[in-house]
Amino acid sequence: MKRWSRRAIVSVPYFWLGLFLLVPLLLVIKVAFAEAARAIPPFSSLTEFEDGILAIRISINSFAVLFEDTMYLQAFFNSVVIAAGATLLCLLIGYPMAYAIARAPAHQQSILLMLVLLPSWTSFLIRVYAWMTILGQNGPLNNFLISIGLISEPLEILNTNLAVYIGIVYSYLPFMVLPLYANLVKHDLRLIEAAQDLGARGLTTFTRITLPLSKNGIIAGSMLVFIPAVGEYVIPELLGGSDTLVIGKVVWQEFFNNRDWPVASALALLLVLALLAPIVWFQRNQDAVR
Amino acid sequence: MLTTLAARKQSAALRDRTLLTINGVSKYFGETRAVDDVSLEIRQGEIFALLGGSGSGKSTLLRILAGFEQPSTGSVQLDGVDITALPPNLRPVNMMFQSYALFPHMSVADNIAFGLKQDKLPKEEVQARVESMLKLVKMSKFAKRKPHQLSGGQMQRVALARSLAKQPKLLLLDEPMGALDKKLRTEMQLELVDIIEKVGVTCVMVTHDQEEAMTMADRIAIMDEGYIQQVGTPVDIYENPINRMVAEFVGSINLFECVLGDEAADHTILHSEALDRPIYVGHGFATDIDNREVTFAVRPEKTWLTTEAPEQDYNWEKGTVADFAYLGGHSIYYVELRSGQIVQCFLANTERKAERPTWDDEVFISWESDSGVIIR
Repeated sequence: MKRWSRRAIVSVPYFWLGLFLLVPLLLVIKVAFAEAARAIPPFSSLTEFEDGILAIRISINSFAVLFEDTMYLQAFFNSVVIAAGATLLCLLIGYPMAYAIARAPAHQQSILLMLVLLPSWTSFLIRVYAWMTILGQNGPLNNFLISIGLISEPLEILNTNLAVYIGIVYSYLPFMVLPLYANLVKHDLRLIEAAQDLGARGLTTFTRITLPLSKNGIIAGSMLVFIPAVGEYVIPELLGGSDTLVIGKVVWQEFFNNRDWPVASALALLLVLALLAPIVWFQRNQDAVR
Repeated sequence: MLTTLAARKQSAALRDRTLLTINGVSKYFGETRAVDDVSLEIRQGEIFALLGGSGSGKSTLLRILAGFEQPSTGSVQLDGVDITALPPNLRPVNMMFQSYALFPHMSVADNIAFGLKQDKLPKEEVQARVESMLKLVKMSKFAKRKPHQLSGGQMQRVALARSLAKQPKLLLLDEPMGALDKKLRTEMQLELVDIIEKVGVTCVMVTHDQEEAMTMADRIAIMDEGYIQQVGTPVDIYENPINRMVAEFVGSINLFECVLGDEAADHTILHSEALDRPIYVGHGFATDIDNREVTFAVRPEKTWLTTEAPEQDYNWEKGTVADFAYLGGHSIYYVELRSGQIVQCFLANTERKAERPTWDDEVFISWESDSGVIIR
C-alpha cells in the first residue's frame, strides 16, 4: 500500500511531463520526418497500408534542406550570438543588482526583489510594445537626447539588432537577478572577513572568494536567460529589423508563410538538441558540486 | 604535556615586554555601549583570554583588535605602532574565526596559502611555508582535501595553520572550541596551547567558557557589560575575585551579606543575619568608614560538611540537606540554613562505602579563617 501510494505520487510529475512534453515532442519528430504536402495537415503520413503491405516512409529531406541552404545555419548562429551577448549583458547588469540586494538590510530585501519582479505583472507583449514606442524615431528616448543637445538627428535604434539586445536584456533580467540573489544571500560573510584578515584587498576578495562561490548562481541565471533567448520570437519580430535573422522567426515563417511544417519541425528539433548540451553540462556541474 | 605547560607558565612570568596596548577603548553602537573604556596591556608571548557572557563586549573588543570595527574612542598600539586606523588587511594580526570560516572552494593547502599569496611571496616559499604549517598541525596527509571532507578537529587545525601561516605578531582566537564536542574540546585546548607555544606567538582569545580560559590562558580579563571587571592569572581570578560579579561568574560560590564588626591588622570580624555565629577572617580589610556593608564569599570546595557540630565559636552554621548530587569524585550538597538561604558544599568521596548524609539530615558547614574572601 505504501509502495503503491509512493509510486502514485511520483507518477504525477511523470504523467505531466509525458503528456505535455514527450507527446508534443514525438509529434514534432513525426512531422520532421514527413514530407510537405498540399493537404490538411500539410504533411504526408509516415505509414501507408496498401494491398496488405505496411510501408513506412521516412524522409530526411527536411534536415537536408537545413544544411543545404546556409540561411538556416546563419539564423541559428545569429540566435546563439544574440542570446549569448544578451546573457553576458544581463550578467553584467544583474550581478551588481543581485549583490546590492543580497547585502541590503534584511527588511529592504523583499521590497527590492519585488521591484525587480514588478514589471512582470504587466503582459510581456505590452512591455515589448512599449519599447517600440520608446525606441522609435519620434520616441521619448530620441526626443530626450535631442532636447539635451547630445544628438541633432534621431538615432535609428528600433528595427536594429541593438533594439533586440535591449528588449531581451530588459525582459530576462529578473531571471538573472533572482538565482544570483538566492546564491549571494547565502554567502557566509565571515569568509570575506577572513580573506581581509589574511591580507586580501577588496577586489581580490571579490575575485577569489565571492565570485567563485557564486559560480552556481551565475550558471543558473545564465541558463535561464540563454535558453529562452535563443528561441525568442516576439522580441526580434517586434523590435528587430527585417534583416534580423533568428531561429524563432525562421520557424514561424516556415510554419505560417511557407506552410512547410516538416522543415519547421526539423529546425525546432535541431534547436532542442542544441540546447540540451548546455542543460546536461549544467546538471553535471550541479552534481559535481554536491 | 604537563611539563611543557608548567615550563611555559614559568617562562611566561619572565616575559614582561608589552606587545599590545589597548588605551581607553570604547565602542558605541548607536546608544548601546558595547565596549566601555577598556585599557589593557598584553605581554609578548602570553595567551590572554577575554572571558564573559554573551553581550559582554568581548567579541567587539576582539573585532577592534582585528580591525573589523573602529573604536569610538581610544587607541590600539601593537609593538609600539598605532594600528587604530589600519584596515584589517594591513595589520600584522591574524584571526582564527569562530567555526573557522575556511574557504569551502579551496583545498586545505590553498586555504593556508591564501594569506601568503596576498604578500606576493615567491611560489617556492609559499609552498615551503604551507608544508611546514601542515606539519606543525599534523595535517600533511590532508593537504588536498576540501574543508567539507574534514572533521571538526581537523578543520580547527587547518584554521589555526591558516592564521599562523603569515607569522602574525598577534593571533586572535574567537571562541576557539565553540564548534567542538566536549571530549574533543579538552584534547584540542592542550594541543592548541602546545602549538601556540611552539610558535611563540602572542595570543588574545575570546571565550564564554571559564574552564577553557583557565586551561589555555596565562591571564584572564573578566568582561561584563563592556567593562573589564578584573584582570589576573586563573588563580587570582578564582581565589581573589574583586567583586560579586567576578565571584559569581567564575565557578560556584556562596555569598553572605555581612556588616563589618571588629577590625584589626591581622583579622576581621563580620556579622551576617544568615549565620548565628560571627565570621572570622584571618586578614585585615582596608575599610571605608561610611560603608560597613560587605559580602563574604566562600567557595563550596573550601567548606567542610560534618554531622557533628564543630567546637569553635565562629565560621560554622547548622542546616538541613535540601538536595545533593553524587558526581563520582565528589558530591555537591545543597544545605538549607535557618534563614532559608541555600549553601553549596562539596564533599570529597574519599571512601568507597562511607555513610553520607541524605535528604533532611541535620548537618553542619564550617570553613577555615582563610578560606573565604571579603568583597564589596
